[in-house]
Formats: sequence, C-alpha cells, structure tokens
Amino acid sequence: MKAQLLEYTLRLGDNALILGQRLGEWCGHGPILEQDIALSNIALDQLGQARMLMQYAAEQKGGDFTEDKVAFLRPETEYHNCLLVELENGDWGRTIVRQFLFDTYNYFFYSALLSSADNRLQEIAQKAIKEITYHAQWSAEWLIRLGDGTEESHQRVQRSLNDLWEWTGELFSMDAVDEALLAEGIAVNLAEIKVQWDQKVNEILSLATLKRPEDAWMQSGGKQGEHSEYLGYVLAVMQHLPRMYPEATW
Amino acid sequence: MTKEMNLEERFQAYVDGENKVEPKDWMPEKYRKTLIRQISQHAHSEVVGMLPEANWITRAPSLRRKVALLAKVQDEAGHGLYLYSAAETLGADRMDMVDDLLTGKAKYSSIFNYPTPTWADIGAIGWLVDGAAIANQVMLCRTSYGPYSRAMVRICKEESFHQRQGYEILMTLAQGTPEQKQMAQDALNRWWWPSLMMFGPTDDNSPNSAQSMKWKIKRKSNDELRQEFIDKTIPQAEYLGLSVPDPDLKWNEERGHYDFGTIDWEEFYQVIKGNGKCNKQRLRARQEAHAKGEWVREAANAYAEKQAVRKAKEGSAA
Ligand SMILES: [Fe+2]
Ligand SMILES: [Fe+2]
Ligand SMILES: [Fe+2]
Repeated sequence: MKAQLLEYTLRLGDNALILGQRLGEWCGHGPILEQDIALSNIALDQLGQARMLMQYAAEQKGGDFTEDKVAFLRPETEYHNCLLVELENGDWGRTIVRQFLFDTYNYFFYSALLSSADNRLQEIAQKAIKEITYHAQWSAEWLIRLGDGTEESHQRVQRSLNDLWEWTGELFSMDAVDEALLAEGIAVNLAEIKVQWDQKVNEILSLATLKRPEDAWMQSGGKQGEHSEYLGYVLAVMQHLPRMYPEATW
Repeated sequence: MTKEMNLEERFQAYVDGENKVEPKDWMPEKYRKTLIRQISQHAHSEVVGMLPEANWITRAPSLRRKVALLAKVQDEAGHGLYLYSAAETLGADRMDMVDDLLTGKAKYSSIFNYPTPTWADIGAIGWLVDGAAIANQVMLCRTSYGPYSRAMVRICKEESFHQRQGYEILMTLAQGTPEQKQMAQDALNRWWWPSLMMFGPTDDNSPNSAQSMKWKIKRKSNDELRQEFIDKTIPQAEYLGLSVPDPDLKWNEERGHYDFGTIDWEEFYQVIKGNGKCNKQRLRARQEAHAKGEWVREAANAYAEKQAVRKAKEGSAA
C-alpha cells in the first residue's frame, strides 16, 4: 500500500513536472505576447502542482528527502509520468493538441480525485481543480480556433492529432497500482473517466471540424517507468545543475 | 509670434507646472516622436530581455527557482504589453513597432546582447540589470506623459520584486560552496560594466538628453542616474562578499559618492552596432518566433471572422 501510494503520487507529480518543463520551453518564443503569457501561466500552474505533489512524495519517502531531491535526482526509469507529456513541443498546433488531450483527461481525473480517500491527494485536487478547469477550457478553445481557422491550421492540427493519438491510450490503462488503490477508494477509476473523456473529446473535435483518429495500437509504459527517447533529454537539461554540484543548495 | 510657437510655449509652461500630458492634449510633434521612440524601444527591451533569462527556465536548479524565474520572465512579457499600449496612445501601431524591431530598424537595450552562460547570471541580471532599470524607471514614474508614467508605476513594483529575487539568488550562491561563490563572482565580473553602460553615454556625449529633460520626459541625467546606481549597489556587493571589478572604485568623502573607473565606451558602441555575443541570436529568436507564429495568428483571425459572420447570421435569423 505504502509503496503503491508513493508511486501513484509520483505519477501525478511527474505528469505535472514534465509537462511544466516542456511548456517552459515556449517562454519567450510564443506566436504572440498574449499567448506567450497564457502558456507560461499554464506552465506555472503545472509546476505549482508538481511542487505540492513532490512535497507529499518527499514526506512519504521520509528521511532527508525534499521536493527537489525527489523532483531532480531520480534516474529515468523512476519517473512515472505518462508518455504524452514528455513528447516534443513541435509547433504551436502540436503543443495545443497535446495540451488539449492531456488537459481534458486531467480535468476529469482531478474532478474524480476530489473524492479520494487519501486526504492529501484530496486537498491537492481541491487546490488544483480550478486551474485545471481553466486549462481544459483554454486548450479546447485553441483547438477549435486552429481546427476551424485556415486550411493550413486545420491540416497542421489534424496531422498532430493523428500523430499524438497513440499516446493517449496509456492515460486510461489501469495497472496493479491503480487497482489496489482504487479498492481503497484512493485512486481514480480510469474506465469511468475514459467515458467522459471520449464524450468531451468528440464534442470539441466536432466543433473544431477535426476528424477523430481511429483507435489503433496504443503506446504505454510511462507510468511504469518505461519511457520514450525524449524523456532522457528533458531530464538531462533539468537535472544538470543539481547533478553537477551534488553538495550545493540553490 | 506664430500660433505654433504659442502652443509650444503653453505646452512648456504646462509641463513646467508639473502637469501630466494626456493622449488627447496638444503636444509638439517632436515630443510625440521622441516618446514613441523611447517607449517602443523600452517595450522591445522588455520582450528581448525575456530571452537571456528564459535560457535558464528549463535548467533552474530547484522547483522554487524555476517557478520564480518563469514568473519573472512572464512579467517582462507583461511589461512589453503595457508599454506597447502606452506607445499606441500616441498613435503608433503595435504591429509596425514589432516590424521595426524585427527588421533591425528599432533598438532595444544593448544589455540583452550579453550571454547568460551560468545560473549565477540569472542572479546578476535580477540584481544589476533590473536594478539599473529600476533607477531609470523610478525616475520615469514622474515622466510628463501620463500613460507612460502610469505604466511605469505598475512596472516598478514588479521590477523591485525581480531585483530582490536576483539578489537572493546571488546571496545563496555567495554563501554556498566554493564553486558557487566563484560562479557568483564571475557573473558580477561580467555584468558590472555592462550594467553601468545601461544608463547611456556620459552627459557630454548625450545630445538628445537636454530636450528630454526640458520636456520632463527624463528628469535626471545619465550620469546622475549612474552615480545613484553605483552608490546604492556597492554596499550590496560588499554585503554579498563579492568584489566589484573596478580597481579605481573608492568612496569619495568630499563628493559623498563613489568614484569609479572609466567605462569602456568602445565596447558599448560595438554592442550597439551589432557586435555583442548575442545580437544576432536575440534578433533571430524574435524573428523566428514571429515567423513561426504567422499561421497561428492568421488562423486566430480567420476563426474570429468566421465567428463574427456566424453571430451576425444568428442575429438576423432571430
Ligand atoms: Fe520589466
Ligand atoms: Fe524594464
Ligand atoms: Fe524585470
């Protein structure tokens, strides 16, 4: 139970951390200042959530663990984020599609987490849900704008959607950790939120005049620590100072 | 006496009486032009200034620092927006101003053409670069043009927060391991002189300053501001236990100010001319962001138009 709760906490924390890290790459390079600011806001929210979750994970680990030690000093196989959030940003459209797919999932996930039997997770969900609701709205609006914008924008986001689709299956696959904690009333039932996600995604895709890709092979493994090639680079950049100066505090 | 002269004299008297000029008021064409150039240049500096610091967002060494840095860089984007709006009250168009930046026609603060090779640079920029900006901007809170002055009041609050944050980064490094302390000293060595150059050429080499002072756009000379900054900053450097890279620096009891060495103006003009380490890189980053955003802006406009047509149709159908 204890080990499972820790892994569950890290899954949530790593989703927020790695996505925040990816979105941070956009800062200063957005298509227009207003949207640079908007995306930075989302990155800041993700990193804020990551901090709460890393603090909780550090407490569970005990000893001299801190949020930073947990966030920065694990090897790649001990990161438990889903694969979707570690993928490259690509163009603005691809970032929006990834954000929409994830935010929509995250919204239903955190809505369900509001009734978790674990007090801390429940509290964190309480704090995060407002932000996540806003993110899901923002990315849905942008997807509609790009899907129903120009011929070029339509094609670009349709292509990104087709590309990213195979990384969404993992969001809803239950493994032993999910099952054990679900039995305790702690974890979210992913089969339930899959239904909600499907419905919302279909609704927004139709408003965006985009075609839902066929469900084919779905990638998986991130939650369990088996990652794509992308995560290594994200971590190399993120970890380099704490690794280079292990004695230092910042 | 011509009617124009009359207006100009009345304008001067109005400004001399410490009144704020508002967008609808009559103003000399040269006053308007000077302000548009200065405010848009300031806006560009905020936006280009995001780049050297954004360079460290993904590498910030703790979550707290990462969040603070990202929020800071985001503030700078906000400053850019306020300032573009202030310039627009004078009849300038934001897209034209941005074009001038991207084609290299408009200038931005040269300080952002220096690189940020280490984490300590993030501390040094907050402390020294935001610090020098504050010295200038506190003065501009009292500038004669109303919208500019109000934008500055908002901006100054955030800038002082940035400065404290930068100083705290350096403090942590200065009290850290020997490598960290070395990193902090190295950053101070590299940023000290460029920060002093931020105030612009010496007063005897600053031909436009007199008119700006007369119109109360500027209220202190470059040299006065530079001296103020030095006097304020030296004790802060001492408190950090770092040494300022100027052998001629010493307190002058008689003047009540620090004396300091000669600034390398050749370097200053070289960087302005485009020969800083990062001039090309910074401009290219802005150009690329703009070019890669083109289809996004087009799509947003196309969608907004479609929506407007749909709304109009709904309206006429009802
Ligand atoms: Fe600023
Ligand atoms: Fe500024
Ligand atoms: Fe600042």
